[in-house]
Amino acid sequence: MNRTRSRGWLGALPLLAFFALVFGVPAVVLVAGAFTAQGRPSLANLSQSLQGGYLNAMIGSVRLSAVVALLGAVLGTFLAYAIVTSRRTLLREAVLTASGVLANFGGVPLAFFWIATLGNSGVVSGLVGLPSGSLYTFWGLALVYLYFSVPLMVLAMAPALDGLRPQWREAAANSGATSWHYWRFVALPVLAPAMLGGVVLLFGGAFSAYATANAMVGTVVPLVTLKIASALTGDVLVGYENIALALSLDMVVVAGLVMAIYLPLQRRTSRWLH
Amino acid sequence: MAALTGLERVSGADTPRPRRAWWRGAVFLLAGIYFLVPLGTAFWYTIHTPGAGVSLSAYGELLTADGFVRSLSLSLGLALATIAVVLLLALPAMLAVRLFAPRLRPVMEVLCTLPLVVPPITFVAGIGTALRGGTDLLAPTPFWATLIAIQDPGFPLVLVLAYVVLVLPFVYRSLDAGLRTMDVRTLVEAARNLGASWPYVLARVIVPNLRSALASASFLTLALVLGEYTVASLLGYQPFAVWIVTVSGSKGQLSVAVSILSLLLIWLLLLAVSTVFGKEKGK
Repeated sequence: MNRTRSRGWLGALPLLAFFALVFGVPAVVLVAGAFTAQGRPSLANLSQSLQGGYLNAMIGSVRLSAVVALLGAVLGTFLAYAIVTSRRTLLREAVLTASGVLANFGGVPLAFFWIATLGNSGVVSGLVGLPSGSLYTFWGLALVYLYFSVPLMVLAMAPALDGLRPQWREAAANSGATSWHYWRFVALPVLAPAMLGGVVLLFGGAFSAYATANAMVGTVVPLVTLKIASALTGDVLVGYENIALALSLDMVVVAGLVMAIYLPLQRRTSRWLH
Repeated sequence: MAALTGLERVSGADTPRPRRAWWRGAVFLLAGIYFLVPLGTAFWYTIHTPGAGVSLSAYGELLTADGFVRSLSLSLGLALATIAVVLLLALPAMLAVRLFAPRLRPVMEVLCTLPLVVPPITFVAGIGTALRGGTDLLAPTPFWATLIAIQDPGFPLVLVLAYVVLVLPFVYRSLDAGLRTMDVRTLVEAARNLGASWPYVLARVIVPNLRSALASASFLTLALVLGEYTVASLLGYQPFAVWIVTVSGSKGQLSVAVSILSLLLIWLLLLAVSTVFGKEKGK
């Protein structure tokens, strides 16, 4: 057993080697490329990636993700509360299953659904006389992103809301608390970690979404993922590849900061799930 | 007296129940409109052509559409290869960490969370640049042929490699949950003491106990790979999700029909996962 024990960790070696090669090498190349301009080390790419159109795209992405995350969190929490307090088990199961499906429904098919509904030749836009191009805007994109964000929030909040014990409400009421007091001082503090975690999850999802935006708006709405893609596919001048790498590095930094909030919170939330 | 007020409050909180029910009904109604209308109109869009009436021809056209079979079989092939590679890499590694190297556990957890933090588009930016740089750098060596081979458009292995990284977090979670339900150490030691070889232990002791976790990891991988667009399109390949976009320009109805089918597919896959897990719980 002793000999196996000392060699046992070798079982993890293939995965570690694979990860170093497939994830590590591109990561190193990305960082190195972001700090290289005309073959020499420089900060030019990074400073350029934070100026003009590129900065606009980054701000656009962060704004869109923030709007989707906040709206999705509020609407998703309401829906989750409605489900959790509903006494009809069938309805409850149906909505939770549908949330599971829709939270995983993204990318190109999602874009086509909405184009068929509210696009320029869409079914509903013809009925209500929607002006042409309304869907292909910032708010149109936010509306579409909510289609997978709200269900995701429902999935994140339902277990936490289920964990709210009726005894807490009764205890609060017995101590003379109004409904507002109960929500403000008991329920919301308990739910806060789960909600913040959900907000971060929705932000990350909207921030890194590319397929839906690409199929819907092309380059009408400035988003950082669309800028990276057009720089990579060579729609722009040669030498702009490293700008794509610098933009990617910016994105990783933003996503990393947001994730850094999420991970410790996730641990705190799980305490309330049991 | 205090107890009396307390009781009154409780019953007072109970009386506005009809109002709360009304509020809940409104939430369900709005959610129903928002989520079901696009679904319904998308379906209507695929079967109704202005001036030509209602027909299901968009769905029939699918099978004969140019590139449908090729792109779908490419996607399925990529998914199967990804499932095989990710399970062969992750399962031995997780067992090794559990049995022999618990100190590697935090490392594994970080590695299996990183792909969630990094947006796929930045990952593909890194891979694309690494491939181009690598091809120049390795041109005089035999590795060059390997780099070219993994980029073969007929079956781009590079996509399998990228997908393995992208699905690793989900596979890790799923297998970790499965391993938690069994006493790995006792089972392995018992089998080894009885003279079983390592491959035998894996195939006859570990895998049968992990069946549901392995199944759900595979279904999740299948769903993710079939719908993946960003990496494939930016590296210039044409699996299923990329093909849908290509045909959408000329055949709008067809592309929406495929979208509806892909929603159904996600539903079926999730149903499969939950049935597999439901059975396990029932035992």
